[in-house]
Amino acid sequence: MSVKEPKGVRLEHISKIYQDPKTKKDFYAVKDCNLDIKPGSFITLLGPSGCGKTTTLRMIAGFESPDEGEIYLGGEPINALTPNKRDTAMVFQSYALFPHYNVFDNVAYGLKLRKVPKAEIERRVEEILALVELSGMESRMTNQLSGGQQQRVALARALVVEPGVLLFDEPLSNLDAKLRVQMRTEIRRIQQKLGITAIYVTHDQAEAMSISDQIILMKSGVIAQMGTPMEIYYHPNSEFVADFIGECNFLKGAVESVDKGEAVLNVNGHRVTVEAGDHVSKGEQREIVLRPEAIQIGDSGLLSCTVELSCFMGSYQNYHVRVGDTLVKISDNCPVNKKIYQVGDTAWIAFDKECAHLL
Amino acid sequence: MSNRQSASLDRRKLLADPIMMGTIVVLIAFLTIFIVYPLAILLVDAVYSNETGLTMEFFQKSFASRTFRTAITNTLKVGALVGILSTLIGLLFAYVEVYVKVRTRFMAGLFKVVSMLPVVSPPFVLSLSMIMLFGKAGIITRHLLGIYDNNVYGFWGIAVVQTMTFFPVCYMMFRGLLKNIDPSMEEASRDMGASRMKVFTSVTFPLLLPGMGNAFLVTFIESIADFANPMLIGGSYDTLATTIYLQITGAYDKNGACAMAVVLLAITMVMFIVQKFYLESKTAATLTGKASRARMLIEERSVTVPLTILCSMIALFVILMYICVPFGATFTTWGRNFTPTLKWFRQVFERYKGFKAFKDSFVLSLISAPITALLSMIISYLVVKKKFKAKGFIEVVSMLAMAVPGTVLGIGYIRGFAGGVFHTGFLQGIYGTGLILIIVFVVRSLPTGTRSGISALRQIDKSIEESAYDMGANSFQVFTSVTLPLIKDSFLSGLVTAFVRSITAISAIILLVTPNYLLITVQINEFAEKGSYGLACAFATILIVITYGAVLLMNVFIKYFGTSRVQRKAEKEEQELARLAKKG
Repeated sequence: MSVKEPKGVRLEHISKIYQDPKTKKDFYAVKDCNLDIKPGSFITLLGPSGCGKTTTLRMIAGFESPDEGEIYLGGEPINALTPNKRDTAMVFQSYALFPHYNVFDNVAYGLKLRKVPKAEIERRVEEILALVELSGMESRMTNQLSGGQQQRVALARALVVEPGVLLFDEPLSNLDAKLRVQMRTEIRRIQQKLGITAIYVTHDQAEAMSISDQIILMKSGVIAQMGTPMEIYYHPNSEFVADFIGECNFLKGAVESVDKGEAVLNVNGHRVTVEAGDHVSKGEQREIVLRPEAIQIGDSGLLSCTVELSCFMGSYQNYHVRVGDTLVKISDNCPVNKKIYQVGDTAWIAFDKECAHLL
Repeated sequence: MSNRQSASLDRRKLLADPIMMGTIVVLIAFLTIFIVYPLAILLVDAVYSNETGLTMEFFQKSFASRTFRTAITNTLKVGALVGILSTLIGLLFAYVEVYVKVRTRFMAGLFKVVSMLPVVSPPFVLSLSMIMLFGKAGIITRHLLGIYDNNVYGFWGIAVVQTMTFFPVCYMMFRGLLKNIDPSMEEASRDMGASRMKVFTSVTFPLLLPGMGNAFLVTFIESIADFANPMLIGGSYDTLATTIYLQITGAYDKNGACAMAVVLLAITMVMFIVQKFYLESKTAATLTGKASRARMLIEERSVTVPLTILCSMIALFVILMYICVPFGATFTTWGRNFTPTLKWFRQVFERYKGFKAFKDSFVLSLISAPITALLSMIISYLVVKKKFKAKGFIEVVSMLAMAVPGTVLGIGYIRGFAGGVFHTGFLQGIYGTGLILIIVFVVRSLPTGTRSGISALRQIDKSIEESAYDMGANSFQVFTSVTLPLIKDSFLSGLVTAFVRSITAISAIILLVTPNYLLITVQINEFAEKGSYGLACAFATILIVITYGAVLLMNVFIKYFGTSRVQRKAEKEEQELARLAKKG
């Protein structure tokens, strides 16, 4: 099956103001948000709860009205359109299936509203149920389905109307961990197959990394950083972003010299070379962002440390080591053939300069 | 706030939805004309007349009259006593059901009957049977005890009858509250060494205190607003509702009646506002926890036996009072000749146009019930699921209407519509017709319907409707294809409640009914006033049969067509599948 032309979404200076119910003070739930989402791409709004990601999604769907700015869908301004007039379809966190309809009627709901002929409805519902692997379940009531199946019905119901953009509001948070991984692969597969534009809201960074073309990380209503999963993971622009996406270590040090895109820092009395951007100058106090899996532990290396925790996790050995005042987390992969350090041991840590990012 | 972009966008979105816009406008017009306006005109009439201009004269006159002052103290005295008694008896019943092990079939049946009573109880019934059991010719007083001049009329008569009428409401309220108390709290107290009594006084009772205040005020308001019982069993003991009625029908003092109505309205409004905004939130605040597991029931005989006996005696007494009425309709002469006869029913239908009364009551209620049910569902839908500017107005007016006594509303309608709206002749045509009776029925049942509709809608995940909206349905389609099917049970029971409330209504109706319409309740009042208890009982029996039949019909309907049927079917199929899976 094919989908009609996917639509791009553009947010221009979007803000939403709410009133705190207790203090009666206004605050920005979303502040000056600018986004340009290409047709057919999968983007994720990621952030801790209360960061404005769901509000942004609901403004695109039309359930909330922005206080500043304009939203464009396929180039058309849609601020004044009601949700039923917008070419969007949303998959809700609670699935929001109609409990008084069976699977077929749930999926056919949008098509019936669009006055699609009966035969075509049957054909399209059948097709879409095959796509989400629910063929033969048409006459089941929704409360007879498992959580994962309900999730698929909700997805089918949104897909079948061939929306210009598909919206997901934390769709997997009610599933158990294993099913969550399976469903997110499924969602990505279907989205790529249909080439549909998708905007996905989640607070789970692993989900966001595995599914998106672009991640938009939000904090307190403001976009903290946007980029591909890899850009955000390896080149976070702030401590918040670095810490939110995966586990992270921060090593403090003073810049001793800068040369040809590389900087030398003094960390705890040792000299450490890292890649550096343009805005680094001599004498500054900076932080080196280091992922736990990018650090090697051994009998020699860049920095000396003492082991404070050593814990076998199966696929990796988890260490907490102290470098000066700083606690550094290390995950040493595939520890079976390696030397295992015990609590109290002295060791050395090292890392490639490409893996270290300067904040 | 309103000059924000979001506000103007929300306005534009609303305007893009003409059906919803139209519904809101019609609703506001309806509430304004038929609830706000009649009450406002009362206030105007109480301080203004063409002869005197703006004046406090009517209030001064009213307060100067001994009758009125006595009526106020009488009303408050009865209300306070009834409130206390109903709260205590209601609490006793709820406590026994939730905490005490009395698992006999008989007791379960008694409790069910008691919880059904407020739904099917027509007014007068308890007063009628009170007179027939304890009056001058009462079976118990005269024939069993040999007391010949017992006076049931007055303070104690009203108090007993109203307590019997209203305590089931308290019982239902407390049952809900007690079930929400987490047993672990009480177990913790007992574990630390408290006796059962100490657990009750130190844990259960303090948690219930706001709820008790709530129950007390609800009953208090009901008692003050009650017209039927004081009318019948009050004798010379006048309450505010009956005084106002006599003021307008007997003394024909319109401005005086308006001033008194304003006083009555002020009392109930203050009580209601305290109850609604202070106590109700407090009740919810102390009892938010859901019971985590089943409660260990009290089994000690020293507790169960006396409580069981006490509850059964009260319940049996109430049931006896209801049974009394059909018997009164089938005895030749109550208190003297107990030969069974059908003469009262024959007289009802042959001489007193019983069939017309039956038809008028039935048809008017049947028309108003679906209107009320639909209107209250629409109001609850708008209040719970939508945001728009006039929402506050709709919510407050339909809620406050609960605190308006029928008599007050009746006077308001007389003053407001006899000469048309603002004496302009607009809508004057409806005065004295069946239409105004239907409107009164609707307005009187609207608050209860709205309240149950709101609580039903709050149970539904908001995103289910949002998803329909998002799929392309407009507000009207969302309401008919998703909301209404999901609250079908609540809608059906709202329908029947509205019907029963309408067909048993008296207080506002008695002021507005014209000789063209014969209503059963008005007939009961008339014959009971005259002392023709056989006829009154015959009419009342017919009424009980109709209301009970309606409730039965509703239960059958919900069983076969309600939402639960779909779920039951699903569960059945589930079991079937599981069985097949086991075999395979």
